Amino acid sequence: MDNVEANVLTTTYDKIFNWARRSAIWPMQFGLACCAIEMMAVLDPRHDMSRFGAEVFRATPRQSDLMIVAGTVTEKMAPIVRRLWDQMPDPKWALAMGACATCGGPYRTYAVTQGVDRVVPVDVYVPGCPPRPEALLWGLMHLQRKIDRMTVAKTASEVITGQTS
Amino acid sequence: MTDHEPDSNPQPETLFGVEEMELNFGPQHPATHGVLRLKLTIDGERINDCYPIIGYLHRGTEKLFELHPFFQNVPHTDRMDYVAAATNNLAYVGAVEKLLGMTVPPRARYIRTLLSELQRISSHLLWLATHAIDIGAMTPFFYTFREREQILDMFEEYCGARLTLNCMRPGGQPFDLPVGWVEKVGAFNEAFPEKVDEYEGLLTENRIWKKRTVGIGILPPEVALDYGVTGPMLRGSGIQWDIRKAMPYEAYDEVDFDVPVSYNCDTYDRYLVRMEEMRQSVRIIRQCLEKLPDGPIMAKRPRVLKGPKDSDVYHSVEGPKGEIGFYIVGDGTPNPYRCRVRPPSFYNIEVLPEMVRGGLIADLIAVIGTTDIVLGEVDR
Amino acid sequence: MSESENGKPDTGATPEAPKPGTEEVEPTSAEPASDSEEAKAAAAARAKAEAAAKRAAAEAAKPAWEKDPVTPEWQEADQDPLVQALRGTHAEALQSSRLFAGDLVVEVAREEIRNVCRTLKEAQGFTLLVDLLGAHFPEREEDPFEVVYILYSLDANRRVRLKVRTAEDVDVPSVTPVFAGANWPEREAYDMYGIRFEQHPDMTRILLWEGFNGYPLRKDFPVEGIDTGAAIYPEFYGETAGPVAGTGTGWRPPEPPADEESESASAETAGDEA
Repeated sequence: MDNVEANVLTTTYDKIFNWARRSAIWPMQFGLACCAIEMMAVLDPRHDMSRFGAEVFRATPRQSDLMIVAGTVTEKMAPIVRRLWDQMPDPKWALAMGACATCGGPYRTYAVTQGVDRVVPVDVYVPGCPPRPEALLWGLMHLQRKIDRMTVAKTASEVITGQTS
Repeated sequence: MTDHEPDSNPQPETLFGVEEMELNFGPQHPATHGVLRLKLTIDGERINDCYPIIGYLHRGTEKLFELHPFFQNVPHTDRMDYVAAATNNLAYVGAVEKLLGMTVPPRARYIRTLLSELQRISSHLLWLATHAIDIGAMTPFFYTFREREQILDMFEEYCGARLTLNCMRPGGQPFDLPVGWVEKVGAFNEAFPEKVDEYEGLLTENRIWKKRTVGIGILPPEVALDYGVTGPMLRGSGIQWDIRKAMPYEAYDEVDFDVPVSYNCDTYDRYLVRMEEMRQSVRIIRQCLEKLPDGPIMAKRPRVLKGPKDSDVYHSVEGPKGEIGFYIVGDGTPNPYRCRVRPPSFYNIEVLPEMVRGGLIADLIAVIGTTDIVLGEVDR
Repeated sequence: MSESENGKPDTGATPEAPKPGTEEVEPTSAEPASDSEEAKAAAAARAKAEAAAKRAAAEAAKPAWEKDPVTPEWQEADQDPLVQALRGTHAEALQSSRLFAGDLVVEVAREEIRNVCRTLKEAQGFTLLVDLLGAHFPEREEDPFEVVYILYSLDANRRVRLKVRTAEDVDVPSVTPVFAGANWPEREAYDMYGIRFEQHPDMTRILLWEGFNGYPLRKDFPVEGIDTGAAIYPEFYGETAGPVAGTGTGWRPPEPPADEESESASAETAGDEA
């Protein structure tokens, strides 16, 4: 009963906030390896990322919403990734771009973290080695659909699991 | 060197006392072109010392080389200098062919030259985009990526990948040129020199660009040789050495081209050298397209390539960043026993402290841009 | 065309009966059967030799990429002027000098490497340090580690490779006083193999972090690591998965057929006789 009332009261509020959040996602410049070049290619005139409102790549985590982990995360770099994630203010999302960020990629070695989801909670995985810029745009749109499901009445995990904590 | 003279006098003692500060130019930074960390000891805005810390992208590639047979290592080589994958491939397959004594058919040699020169243009376009953005000029990024996308389209048509190409095999080429590819490359090639003029029109005589780059990052030639610096960094310091001319490989001894060199040893000169290299690449591509022979694209080779027992070779090519070489030890098995990559950016970054000492932090940004490093290659 | 190429495969054995077309114009005399057989055998052998010579000539005239690769071999390099110049000043330091595929490889005693490098740089013009790397050969009981120096001379346009052998815990003199650029590659050799260099300004790990356990490029170090990297995430792959040969499913590249060499050799001889 309380849930239904809460949702009814907040739908328009949710819609406005979600629309604002999904239309102006500010990624953080976090290119690590080869995927960074394809991330730069998303900004070029052909695969224009400006149409999604996301061309403003902030240099500092404190002003960004989305951390696109583009490239291999090594064990030496992993604590820094975590620190940057902690420095980002809420609401924040993480997108693992490429095979190395998803699962370690071709590098099952002594120095590579097998997937950045061991360090930060990832929202969207974009496979590829490197993923085409269109694939990264797909990932961005997938994230936008995920943002559309947000509501102030529940936290993100409650939306997904359907359970209230 | 006229308006901008680096101030060689350190700040005098003030009432407050001057202390050095250690600043971390961290692994995550928009201007470091990857995960490079610099520990700067600064005195106000002036850099007294710089200690680079690398290894944030060390993935264990050399260990992986030892686990796979020769032809399976070609994709691993793409991912080192990920901006210029074709020249990495070329260095590796050249070393394997030298180890095994294989000769490559002429058509394959010309195709490899074509791919290397296209890759050199695309790498220099990316260098220009990032170097200009670091210094503050955002427009060249959009212009150069427009051309770069065309080049990547051509690569994609040839071998299926835009960035990590895997386009060569020991012994020759895996695929022949698609129908119409030669015409497309020719059309791009004819239209490209105008575009280089466009970029030069934006930057070369630009007062702000000159103030930011003339006299910055001086690298004397003896220091460069001592540190093992190669490529445009060395040619900007007055040493006209290019492996394509000194130890020609593939089809470079059958085409005509010049090697640009410049003598002021500063960032502006290295910019001019790279712009001219793009024009020379256009010339090479044109000649390759005219002279492209027919014939097979793969040499006769055994089904399993085994390195001869107890042997080692070193082979290098001129990549866009410098000399990229492979040292391969064979031991009678299909896998290399030891495969070491000689990365140009490793040595180019080692000389960075020499170039920035005494300069300002803003000059450091320009110098990192002119060094044109790719961390995938430095750390492997 | 020689007579034996009449479409009938030659078994290489002495023909029992005259083959069609191989009859020679022999003096029809009342010779004993063995003579004519011998003559025929001789004629057939001559024909076969002619055909083989023709085939070899055609094979030799083929361009290099249509023939089997010719593996380079080690050659002695005593006549090389650079080796002789070095022997003049460092006779005891040079242990061997050979050529392989056009590259000069000189093995140098460990204590003298800095002096040899200095002579090469100052007296012989090898001013560019191309590379410095380590290697590990565990099957050599004594001195399993090797350090390789590649130098280049711009004037002479040639490279020389110097090799130094060393054992565990035996330091190699650092060449940083001669080539400042040797600083980082020597740190990398230390990082990857544990080879220490004397009088190095900053002997610390460069690619891996402080506190890393082990020296990765040694042959007895597993590729997944010991307590870092893929080794600490076994639950992700489990016992029977994983792409790396030697772990997991144990996938390995397919074994070449056991008689690869004899297969190709017999193919060649069959080609000769066909």
